[in-house]
Amino acid sequence: MLRYIAQRLAESAVVLLIMSFVIYGLIGLMPGDPIDLMINADPKLTAADAARLRALHGLDQPIWERYLTWLGGASRGNFGYSRIHAKPVLDILWPRLGNTVVLMGVSFALALALALPAGLLAALRPRSATDAAVNVIAFAGISVPPFWLAILLIIVFAVFLGWLPAGGMAPADAGILTRTEYLILPVATLSIATLGGILRFVRAAAMEALRQDYVRTARAKGLSERQVVLGHVLRNAMVPVVTILALNFGALFSGALITETMFGTLGMGKTIYDAILGNDFNLALVGLLLATLTTLLANLLADICYAWLDPRISYG
Amino acid sequence: MAEPGGLLAAGASSALGPSRSPGAILWRRFLEHRLALGSLLVLACLSAAALAAPLIEAALGLDATLVDLFAAKLPPSPGHPLGTDELGRDLMLRLLYGGRVSLLVGLTAALGAAVIGTAVGLWAGYFGGAADALLMRLTDGVIALPLLPLLIVLAAIDLTKLGLPEALATSQDVSLYRIVILIVLVGWTTVARLVRGATLSMKTREFVRAARALGAGHGRIILVHILPNVVSPIIVATTLSIGNIILLESVLSFLGLGIQPPIASWGNMLTNAQELIWDAPALAIYPGLLIFATVIAFNFLGDGLQDALDPRAVE
Repeated sequence: MLRYIAQRLAESAVVLLIMSFVIYGLIGLMPGDPIDLMINADPKLTAADAARLRALHGLDQPIWERYLTWLGGASRGNFGYSRIHAKPVLDILWPRLGNTVVLMGVSFALALALALPAGLLAALRPRSATDAAVNVIAFAGISVPPFWLAILLIIVFAVFLGWLPAGGMAPADAGILTRTEYLILPVATLSIATLGGILRFVRAAAMEALRQDYVRTARAKGLSERQVVLGHVLRNAMVPVVTILALNFGALFSGALITETMFGTLGMGKTIYDAILGNDFNLALVGLLLATLTTLLANLLADICYAWLDPRISYG
Repeated sequence: MAEPGGLLAAGASSALGPSRSPGAILWRRFLEHRLALGSLLVLACLSAAALAAPLIEAALGLDATLVDLFAAKLPPSPGHPLGTDELGRDLMLRLLYGGRVSLLVGLTAALGAAVIGTAVGLWAGYFGGAADALLMRLTDGVIALPLLPLLIVLAAIDLTKLGLPEALATSQDVSLYRIVILIVLVGWTTVARLVRGATLSMKTREFVRAARALGAGHGRIILVHILPNVVSPIIVATTLSIGNIILLESVLSFLGLGIQPPIASWGNMLTNAQELIWDAPALAIYPGLLIFATVIAFNFLGDGLQDALDPRAVE
């Protein structure tokens, strides 16, 4: 198991390295460059000055050399400064990563807590009214545009009812109650957007588990329905569900980006989006890499859970 | 003396009633899926209305692109069946033109992804080897990465830096081509993986081995013997992907990185929605409702097709 984890970690590091080059290249293809921004700030700069500045900052070098220079700096922990915030990028990203982890974690836990019983219930009574209702909810969940869902929730709960704030962050000195108020609508948006997919997988996996011989055996030997469902069906259905959930972590992050943008939550997704639109090259680059790293680690974590849930799997 | 097999076959066919063609059986199974049937109807109506947008425009005597700030945010009236938007343009016509764009992007990108995915999947499944290994790594990668932020970067790229002529890179339609290409670029892997799996299992079947024994070349085996047998999963996956693509297009357009105004799309019509919810909530509701209805209809349709084409998947 340890060897497997080490191998997967090494693989993730390689993927991250490849992605860092790809993203570095893509960021270089975005409109303008840092010198253009300096020219905008100082109209007296001539074209010759701009060329001198480009050479001074190494922007006239081929992309390989610039990337290696960047990588050298990054490996010593020097990720550069953010243009918008005028701070080292990591100082900005760390607290925001925390906000995103809270948003994603709570939403995901909520979606899973709703999807597990609902999916099981639907699988236990196929073609019943419950099953049909769960099916329609699942399809609605995967089909609703998350940004529009956010707009609807804001219209209902912030504009008409006035119960909850329409967005933004709780003041820094706010208590837990105020913080929760600010979290409710974003969490609701992301949970509903995530729920549909999970629901369909749970139902399908539970159906599959119910067909297996060990379920018939468990029933035949007189276990209560509760023991059969919780001990045999649920546990075995969890195995495929965990795999799919891990693969959906990237989608969850995409959902978090939309949610944060809609509600003005200061998280990773909104930071990356604002950095790309605001030509903040360093922040966009490191933000994207951090998001990729988080996704890769989540996949790894899910693989470990997978092995823990299903002892038949060995990673010799 | 009758052959036992002949007797059995005769008995079986009389017990089952008149024989039906496979197409008729499929159609009957599809009809049983009421949600899919209703979705087909909804999509047909929406497409017809979107296609007829210029005719409706002429019939109402309106210009969908005409900005009139004195007629902004009007409530519904006979002249403007759904009222006007924040720039005084007729909302219903904008929705119909937006529908043309969203459906066009969804269909072309899904088709493009299906064609590329099928070609790659057939190749990888049939020949295996390094191409197959590369494909599996790539699909793993595409699934495992945070897609939306990467798409945002791709959508923000300055095309002139890629060597595209200035005139093309700044033309109005370029946002349309760009988004279709972007979505095909990330979308083909789903179909490729499916086709690869189906091809792998077809490759070892008797009829393929027989064809090979009769001297059929690789090209003939792939196109005549394998492809027709992997069509069902391709159709289902493509239908399901249309909904996802429309959703993705709407997200990117909403974020200002997809279809660029003045071309209307359901996504970019919502870009200003957050400022409008206070005094014109209808403007924030209709485009989203149409996205939702279209996407859920394509998803139900794909689900119904799956049940009809792959009865083993039904419990």
